[in-house]
Amino acid sequence: MHNKSVAELSRDLESGKVSSVELAQQFLDRIKQQDDQFNSFISVTEDQALADAKAADEQRAAGNATPWTGIPFAHKDIFCTSGVRTTCGSRMLENFVPPYNATVTENFRKAGAVCLGKTNMDEFAMGSSNESSHFGPVTNPWGLSNGEKRVPGGSSGGSAAAVAARLVPAATATDTGGSIRQPAALCGITGLKPTYGRVSRYGMIAFASSLDQGGTMARTAEDNALMLNVMAGFDPKDSTSVDRAVPDYTATLNEPLKGLRIGLPKEYFSDQLSPAMEEQVRAAVKEYEKLGATVKEVSLPNAKLAIAAYYVIAPAEASANLSRFDGVRYGYRCEDPKDLMDLYTRTRAEGFGTEVKRRILVGTYALSAGYFDAYYLKAQKVRRLIQQDFINAFKEVDVLMSPTTPSPAFAQGEKTSDPVTMYLEDIFTIAVNLAGVPAMSVPAGFVDGLPVGLQIIANYFDEARLLNAAHQFQQVTDWHQREPQ
Amino acid sequence: MQWDIVIGLEIHVQLATQTKIFSGSSTAYGAEPNTQANAVDLAMPGTLPVPNEQAFRYAIMFGLAVNAEIERRSVFERKNYFYPDLPKGYQTTQLERPIVGPGHVDIDLANGQTKRVRIHHAHLEEDAGKSLHEDFHGMTGVDLNRAGTPLIEVVTEPDMSNAEEAVAFAKKLHSLVTSLGICDGDMSQGSMRFDVNISLKPKGSDTLGTRTETKNLNSFRFMEQAIAHEVERQMDILEDGGVIVQETRLYNGDRDESRSMRTKEEANDYRYFPCPDLLPVEIDDAFIEHARSRLPELPDARKARFKEQYSLNDYDAGLLSGDAKLSAFFEEAVSHGKDAKLTANWIQGEFSARLNAEEKTVAESPITGAQLGDLIVRIADNTVSSSGAKKVFETLWNGESDNVDAIIDAQGLKQVSDTGELEKMVDEVLAGMPDQVAQYQGEDDPKKRKKMLGGFMGPLMKASKGQGNPKLFNEILVKKLGG
Repeated sequence: MHNKSVAELSRDLESGKVSSVELAQQFLDRIKQQDDQFNSFISVTEDQALADAKAADEQRAAGNATPWTGIPFAHKDIFCTSGVRTTCGSRMLENFVPPYNATVTENFRKAGAVCLGKTNMDEFAMGSSNESSHFGPVTNPWGLSNGEKRVPGGSSGGSAAAVAARLVPAATATDTGGSIRQPAALCGITGLKPTYGRVSRYGMIAFASSLDQGGTMARTAEDNALMLNVMAGFDPKDSTSVDRAVPDYTATLNEPLKGLRIGLPKEYFSDQLSPAMEEQVRAAVKEYEKLGATVKEVSLPNAKLAIAAYYVIAPAEASANLSRFDGVRYGYRCEDPKDLMDLYTRTRAEGFGTEVKRRILVGTYALSAGYFDAYYLKAQKVRRLIQQDFINAFKEVDVLMSPTTPSPAFAQGEKTSDPVTMYLEDIFTIAVNLAGVPAMSVPAGFVDGLPVGLQIIANYFDEARLLNAAHQFQQVTDWHQREPQ
Repeated sequence: MQWDIVIGLEIHVQLATQTKIFSGSSTAYGAEPNTQANAVDLAMPGTLPVPNEQAFRYAIMFGLAVNAEIERRSVFERKNYFYPDLPKGYQTTQLERPIVGPGHVDIDLANGQTKRVRIHHAHLEEDAGKSLHEDFHGMTGVDLNRAGTPLIEVVTEPDMSNAEEAVAFAKKLHSLVTSLGICDGDMSQGSMRFDVNISLKPKGSDTLGTRTETKNLNSFRFMEQAIAHEVERQMDILEDGGVIVQETRLYNGDRDESRSMRTKEEANDYRYFPCPDLLPVEIDDAFIEHARSRLPELPDARKARFKEQYSLNDYDAGLLSGDAKLSAFFEEAVSHGKDAKLTANWIQGEFSARLNAEEKTVAESPITGAQLGDLIVRIADNTVSSSGAKKVFETLWNGESDNVDAIIDAQGLKQVSDTGELEKMVDEVLAGMPDQVAQYQGEDDPKKRKKMLGGFMGPLMKASKGQGNPKLFNEILVKKLGG
């Protein structure tokens, strides 16, 4: 049962082969038995899940089932869940129970899906290894059999590990600079970051507002399509969400790929990429050629500036977004503050972890008088150039393909002492967020027994094409079906 | 040494929208603390701002009323600082592209001249909450009901050169925003708050002096006092050879004192940057034209009309046209009472005096314009004397009756205008005052005679128990006493 996809489980529920309650119980048992080794959940909401599963069975009996009714899944602990603790991986929100649902949470609730818990993540989504979580690091299910403790990637490392370990068939995630695609690649699953504005950010705790985007994680492209069907759409509560019709993303999964024009950005096949990784990615592209696609080299000439621009813009926005965590209204408050300044400084010094503080400081510096033009404004100019690079590329091709990461999952602790090395993990994913275009990571092979991700990037609002390309690839490969031992 | 005073104003105007600028909470004043603050106002994690269209419409109406350009692509910035009544840790405001660009307002001065004050810009922003320092035993309470109330901050050029001009501008602005219906104008509740920038320079000099900013003045009187106070303070320093420190000051109106709040060096680095949660707001012609179509008659136009339509003099027309509610009250009264000049006198006299004494606004007046108009009719047709009219007014005000004629009847205030009856009283009174009659008749100076005539009126009014028509008494007296 635990190897089945959402689509398969949905059919089993529909045929009466299994009930929602049985399904929820089986996955809850699996989490209980196995998650000690992964630490992929911050909270498991067993009672609520079983009650929701019971309601889902009743909903189905009443003839009101959707494809999601009774499907167990998990939310990244960045999505606010009414009445259920939402920590964002931080001590600051260790005991924060929101009185409202994120729009994404609400959409899954309305569809009848059964949330089993909240997954671990880098604190405030800041990290690429899930080692900055206040609730401890997450261990990648891959490599464990060799006794290796590898990172699952981040910041959505909990969601990725839980899906890879078959603790849930699907999980929500968010991506600000690669936080869906990089962990999906490192854990051997399929993840999608939609176009900026496609999924509401309401109730999704902000890291960098102009880059954050909620998205999907599952093992198959089809399940990602089912998730996006629930998540996508305009939300009057989010002024940056886009009022544009949402297609049925499952409807075009089986379109043939004949004539699909693939571009390979030469900047993403550089010497940062290990030969073994490149070999896997090029082999995947070959599969696409067999399916009728054409391939050409393209250029994203400003791609090399992406990391520098990102590490100005994202911390700048974060420095303001995280100001609300001041110990006054909710969240962590230091003991016995002696005055207002003491309340602020100790609350924030004690409540935030090292990486979060580092980014707040970087962002505050970049916005300060005398530095604003040189950093923030310059980074925004670079951002526009990068957007233009993608617009130009998509005049020539339908999708871009590249490796998702420069290397497979690395060992825990390997990069924690060197932030810049850690930041380079996102070298192939970050430009996508700056441009706002949609992108996926699809399992495409193994190097040293560790999964390799193929990144596919499409034009604005062309998620259907991404999912179609990924699904067709998964009809002729089985990388996404491999199970960690 | 002679000094030029240079004054510029920044005025926070609370917009009278039903809901907040970025959330659906009510903006009504006076609710229990924190009952009008939702998750967005509390800056709960993950919540997002959604702009209130009405706030934009109001800001644009203001821009049109001050002859300003409207910015077609309006951008919001975050102004970052920590304070307990600022829930997000930043204020959402406008810096680079404020919705209202340069404009101007003309003010009338006491010497009869008109002066133009230029508006630098006006921008939309959210108000902060309130920190309550009393009643919490050394701790501070925070009330977030006000947090997120829409404001426009109007910034003038330093075009005013004394307190009179600054107050005239402030009153004109008050009159404009209340006439537009975009602000309730209630200064005691903080609906309009003034910051005054003041500097001094040697008379005739082209170089501006160092300025100070006195913040949060919430009455015209305090503003006038604060300017006088600050001008004197700066003058004392400069004449002693000192230098003015650029700083923000707080003025205590009750003690006529001011103190430094922070100097330029202590000022925050607000680290403004465009708010990524709000896309630039594109304003098209149709939206602007719709706002224009909703512009009511503005004070300047109304004043001109009052002069033309009611033959009021400049002073009366100016006073009655400034406040939209007062203007409406006046016009309702005139439509019943006909005599515009008499109506204007009563509104500026008895009516205003009672409002001031009871600290009421026109809207809170217990008597209606129509009632005052009915009373004016009875004064004009001599049914009641002016002293009788005051009694009627009093009765209306106290709510004991709402019908002017019924009050006149019930209180016996109808004037005696029967000339036969009045002549009889005059004869009796003159018979009892032979010396004064002789004195009068022996006087040649018409002015003195007129004055002496007044000496008979008191006894006559007494004899008629106050009900004799004074005008008729006068005529009869003149006739009886022989010119």
